[in-house]
Parts: sequence; structure tokens; C-alpha cells
Amino acid sequence: MRQYSDVITAYAIMSGLIILVGFLQSWSIALSILCFCLISAVMTMGANIQWGYAGLINFGIMGYTALGGLAAVLVSVPPVKEAWQVGGLNMVLCLFVIALIIFSIRFILKKFKKSNKRSYGIAFVIIAGLIVLRLISAPAIESIEAVSPATTGFLGGFGLPIIFSWIVGAFFAGALAFIIGKIALGLRADYLAIATLLISEIVIAVIKHEDWLARGVKNVIGLKRPVPYEIDLQTKEWFVNLVAKFNQGTLSLITDTLEKQQLLKQLVIEGSTVFVKLCYAGLFMIVVIILLIITQKALYSPWGRMMRAIRDNEEAANAMGKNVVKQHLLIFVLGSAIVGIAGAMMVTYDGLFTPGSYRPMRYTFLIWVMVIIGGSGNNFGAILGGFAVWFLWIEAAPIALYLINFFTTGLEETNTFRIHLINSIPYFRYLMMGVGLLLIMRYKPKGILPEKIRHV
Amino acid sequence: MDFINAIVLLLNYIFVPALSYGSQLALGAIFVSLIYGILRFAYFTAGDLMSFGTMFTILFTWYFQSLGITLGIFPTALLAIPFAIIITILFTLGTDKLVFSYYRIKKSPPVMLAMVSIGTMFVTQAIVRIIIGPFDRSFFDGEKFILRANEFKEMTGLNEGLSIKSTQVLTLFVTIIVVSILFWFLNKTKTGKGMRAYSDNEDLALLSGIDPKKVVMITWVIAAVLATIGGALYGLDKSFKPFTYFNNMLPIFAAAIVGGIGNPFGAFLGGYVIAFSEILLTYAYRKFFVYILPESLEPNSLVQLLSTDYKFAVSFSILVIVLLFRPSGIFKGKVL
Repeated sequence: MRQYSDVITAYAIMSGLIILVGFLQSWSIALSILCFCLISAVMTMGANIQWGYAGLINFGIMGYTALGGLAAVLVSVPPVKEAWQVGGLNMVLCLFVIALIIFSIRFILKKFKKSNKRSYGIAFVIIAGLIVLRLISAPAIESIEAVSPATTGFLGGFGLPIIFSWIVGAFFAGALAFIIGKIALGLRADYLAIATLLISEIVIAVIKHEDWLARGVKNVIGLKRPVPYEIDLQTKEWFVNLVAKFNQGTLSLITDTLEKQQLLKQLVIEGSTVFVKLCYAGLFMIVVIILLIITQKALYSPWGRMMRAIRDNEEAANAMGKNVVKQHLLIFVLGSAIVGIAGAMMVTYDGLFTPGSYRPMRYTFLIWVMVIIGGSGNNFGAILGGFAVWFLWIEAAPIALYLINFFTTGLEETNTFRIHLINSIPYFRYLMMGVGLLLIMRYKPKGILPEKIRHV
Repeated sequence: MDFINAIVLLLNYIFVPALSYGSQLALGAIFVSLIYGILRFAYFTAGDLMSFGTMFTILFTWYFQSLGITLGIFPTALLAIPFAIIITILFTLGTDKLVFSYYRIKKSPPVMLAMVSIGTMFVTQAIVRIIIGPFDRSFFDGEKFILRANEFKEMTGLNEGLSIKSTQVLTLFVTIIVVSILFWFLNKTKTGKGMRAYSDNEDLALLSGIDPKKVVMITWVIAAVLATIGGALYGLDKSFKPFTYFNNMLPIFAAAIVGGIGNPFGAFLGGYVIAFSEILLTYAYRKFFVYILPESLEPNSLVQLLSTDYKFAVSFSILVIVLLFRPSGIFKGKVL
């Protein structure tokens, strides 16, 4: 128990802070912070597996998050029949062409020895394949995008419950990671960072501009929820009774029946948003706990020991007969798949998919700040980092406002300097993140909850 | 005549814009490459350092304009750049003293330094946005065009116009001057040679009495100078927006790696490689083919290899190809 005391204290402080927000601001805000904290925690677990377990830098987190989101759209949106009729056949044909290209490249790679001729052959196959793809897809894309462009204009998805997308998202992200890993994992650490950063930008560019896939920057809104809708809840009797029960104290103070009903209505509306967010938080919590159990088990298994050995001394591990390249690829795929889950969870929570909002600051670098601050190599640390940093990211604005007011009390309300500072409050969060990261890296380079090596 | 028209078309839409964009990238890529070669880490603050320098250029430009000082047909920013450079130098030296030197002395792995540079990236971005805001700003004044499309058409009697913005010429001119001074410095002076030696083999360089502090300091100074000039030129040519500058970090890194990271000359050429391939691959060639092909062969489609939306993707794809087939870059930098 004692070895976990710092973990327990840290988490107690964190939950205390979130509860404080509930009392000071509102429970709805506190719960949405909690939901995003949980999503961030899933992301940091993914990044932590790659960085903390294996020492791989992955700056492509944004790309996997977006792929997870794409999975949410493709799984939950009902198929657009008309679009399938006009262009579906061609798009399926395209898939076959892509498969054909891949198999013929594999065939060439296997059958022929490495030579200039082989490289030219592969280049020829790729270029010819791309031209064929273009010829097949161009008219189809045009007609798909022409199908009532204001509301659909894309192929739609499978119309399944959105919760399946959490798994599909993991597969999407894992598949991308497999391709990237095959290309880039042999590179030196900081080079890998740049390469993954650039590739994630390509992923975003593709999602943004291929409108037939998920409407691109036109966004997909109104995704179906895995939890009840507020409006449905407000009419349900059991829910009204529940709210009445919870607020018995306040309700019994009011004698006037009409007023009582009014207040109850108000409370039910408030309660329904809180209830929905609670449902989400519960779902997310389940995911976090399952992942935590799996990753903890993995970390202390022989496999986890091997990963640490590879991280700490690649050559020695190689000499011991461990296949470093294969393990790196495996962990790269696993970590990215977890990030994909988080991406799908986020879109599920938001109920909309906005490719334009994926930016590297928010989805790549912030996650890295979380991992570093929380403590790389330690799952509890990574989750804590996700919580603490997201909490700061959201609450930075109120804190900054308070500080600015405090330090400029001597100045008049209309002072231009003061107004300028107050207008730029949203950017103080970057400052806090940067300073926080620098301070942690300088004085506590292993993070708030450092990695613990258990010697058995 | 059609043939000349086609050439002018390409000059106007591909060659001239790519040359100025390439110069701006090249300036950034050179300093990223230098930092990589000498300080041995990937400097993720690159784009934001450029926006920092540009911000001060803008502030000084406004100050001079408020005093009524202008340069006539030249943009006032030219006058402001030296002052902005001084502040940026102070900034880079300050961050080095406060942040980077600690890890350098401790001999932390390069990954650690790259992470730290992400911290400074956040801070720099915050400073820029707090001081000047995240909005799009144009700070160009003076004569906008050297050659207008209409004038060119009248002059030559061609169908296609060629317009040359003064900022484009200015960019090219300044880049040539700055880069020649830089290469003269690196190749001919004792300090410059010392820097190259340090980049090549740190231990040997230290053994032969090269002062590492001086080398590091000069690297930061060069970085600040190039970042401010490159950023200001980009801002004059297009406009200043902190987010765009942050994004420019990506093609800059691509240029530095394509040219062979750690090799400033390679980075210089890498900038043009990236700029030209971005524009060449996303340009719609329909009009060009209309001019040079006989009427019966005229294309119906746009003849565009990639839509302009994928501009960024082009530079990254080049990067991936280079990574796969020539990991040390086209011009032999450090093997990674």
C-alpha cells in the first residue's frame, strides 16, 4: 500500500479539483472536464505505451485521433443509398484496384531480386495503378458529391451503433500505424518524430478534402449517441421522480405548487444534461479501467520486461535474440490503436466530426505534454498527466483572468494594456503548458509519478 | 507565339512564385539544419521563432510609420528588420541560457532537447499571440508591383501577362545576399570553419581549441537572423498569421531533411526542391497544353496532377521518398 501512496494522493487531489469545479462553476462543466480528461487519459496511455515502454517517438497522434473519429462516422451514419447507387460500384472497384496494386508489389518484391529494374517495375505499377484509380474514381466522386450536397454528398456508413466504432477506430489507427511503422521505424528518434508529424498532416489533408468519404470540411453532425438524449429523458417519469428525490430538500421548502412545478422543470432540464454526461463518463471510465488493467499486466509481464530492455539498450536486447524491429512495430501499432479508440470516443461524445478542428498543437503536442508531465513509463502517471493537463488547459482561462485582475488592480478598467491582456486570455493556456513542460523537464524529468521498476 | 505564351504562363504561375516561396523556406531550412548540425537536435520552435521575429518587425514597422518614417517605394519593414533581429537574437540567446544550455551541459540525448524545444514552442507561440494576437496581418507598404500583368501584355503583345511583385524580387535579392554572406562566413572565416569542424566532429574540434560556447552562441545568432529575415519576407510576400508560421515548420523541416540535415547548402537547395515540387504538382496545366498542343489534342480536364488542397502532402511525400531511398538526403548530410 505504501508504494502507492503518492499515486493515491495525486488522484485524490485531482478528483478534489474536479469536484471543486462542480461546486464553484457547475456540475455540467465539471463532468465535461471529466469526460475529456478520460479521453485524454486514453490518448496518453497510447502515447505512453510507445514512448514509456519502448522509447518510440510518435508525433502522429493527431492522425490516429482523426482516423478514430472517421471510424465513428463510418460506423454510425446510415448508408446514403442514392450515393451508393450512383458511385458505390466504382468506389468498391477502387478498393479492388488498391488491393491489386499492393499484391502485385508484394509479388514483385518476392519474385525478383533487388535491382534497378525491380524498382522501376514497382514505380511503374504504382503510377499505372494511380492513373487507373483516378480514371475510375473521378466520375464516381463527382456524382457522389452531387447527391444533395447540403446534407449528405458522401457514401455514408453502416448505420451500426456508434459504440462499435471504438473498436473499428482502433483497427483503422492500427492499420495506419502498421504502414507508417514499416516505412519509418528504422529512423533515428527525432527523425521519426518529424516523419510521423508530417504523415499525420497528410492524413488530415486526405480526410479534409475527400468529401465523398466523410463530407470533408463540411463536417458530419448529429451522430447517434450511445446514451439517452436529454429531451427524451425530460419526459420520462422515472427520471423526473429521480430528480425530485434528489432535490427533496429544496423542493419541500416551496409551498406554492405552481412554483414548485416550475422549479422541478428547471431542475429536470439541468439534471438531464448532468445525467447524460454521467453516462458518458461511466462508459469512458470502463474503457480507461479495461485499458489500464491490460497495460499494467503487459508492463509487468515478460513482454513488458523485454520492451524495457529494448528501450534501455537496443543492442543488448538484440544480442539476446529479441527481434527489436518486430517488437517496435508491434508496440507502434498497439499504441496507435489505443489512440484510435480515444479518437472514436471523442467524436462519440461530441456527436460531430469536424476534420478542420484537428490541429497538431491540440492533438499531438498537448498529448505529449501530458505524457511527460504525468510520468512516462508509468500508466498511472500518464493517466494523471492526461487529467491534470486537460484540467489546466480548460481552467487556464479563469486562472489567467484572476491573475490578470490581481496584478492589474492598480490600473483603471479602461486601461488599454489591461483590456489587451484580458482579450488575449485564451493564449495564456499555451504559456502555462509551455512553462509547465519546461519546469517539469528541468526539475522532475521523470514526471509527477515516475516510472517504478519492480524487482521481483 | 503560342510557345512563348506557354513559357510566360509557366513563368508567371510557377517559376516566379516558387522561387520566392522557395527562398523563404530555404532561409528557414538553413537555420534548422545549422541547429541540427551544431546543437544536435530537431528545433521544433523553428516556425514560431520566425513568427516571433516577424512580429517585432511588424511592431517596429508600425512605430516607424507612426513617426512618419517610410522608405518610399520600399517597404518600411526593411528598416525595421535590423531592430527585430536584435530582439530575436536576445530571445534565442535568452532561451539558450535559461533552457537549452542545461541539457547541453548534461549531455542529454537529442530527443530530450527536441522535447524541450516543444516547451519553448508553446511559450513562444503564447508570447506572439498575447502580444500581437492570432489574426491575419498585412504590413506591406511601398510599391506593390515591379511589373504588372497588363503592362507586360502591352509591352510584348502577348496574351499572357507576367506580373512580378516587388516582394518577390526583394525576397530573392535579400536571400542571395544573406546566403552568400553566410556561406562566406562558414567557408572562409576562422569562426565559420570552427563551426563546421564542431558540427563534423565535436571531440576533435574541442581538442583543437575551438571554443564551444562561442560556436553555440554564433549558431543562435545566425538562427535569429535567418528566422527574422525569412519570416519577415514571407509576411511581406503573403501575410503574417501565427498559425501559418507554425505550420510552415513542416515544409521547412522537409526542406532541411531533403537537402541532407546538418548540411546548410543542402538545406538551401532543399527549400527550392520543396517549393517547386509543391507548385509543379498542384498546378493545373490545361492552359499550358492549350497553347502548345494542336487544337485537336487539347485536353478537356484541368490536367492537374493533385488538387491544391494536397500542397502540404506533396512535400511530405517527397520527404518519405527521400527517407526511403536516400536517408542522408540528396546532398549527403548526416546519416540518420
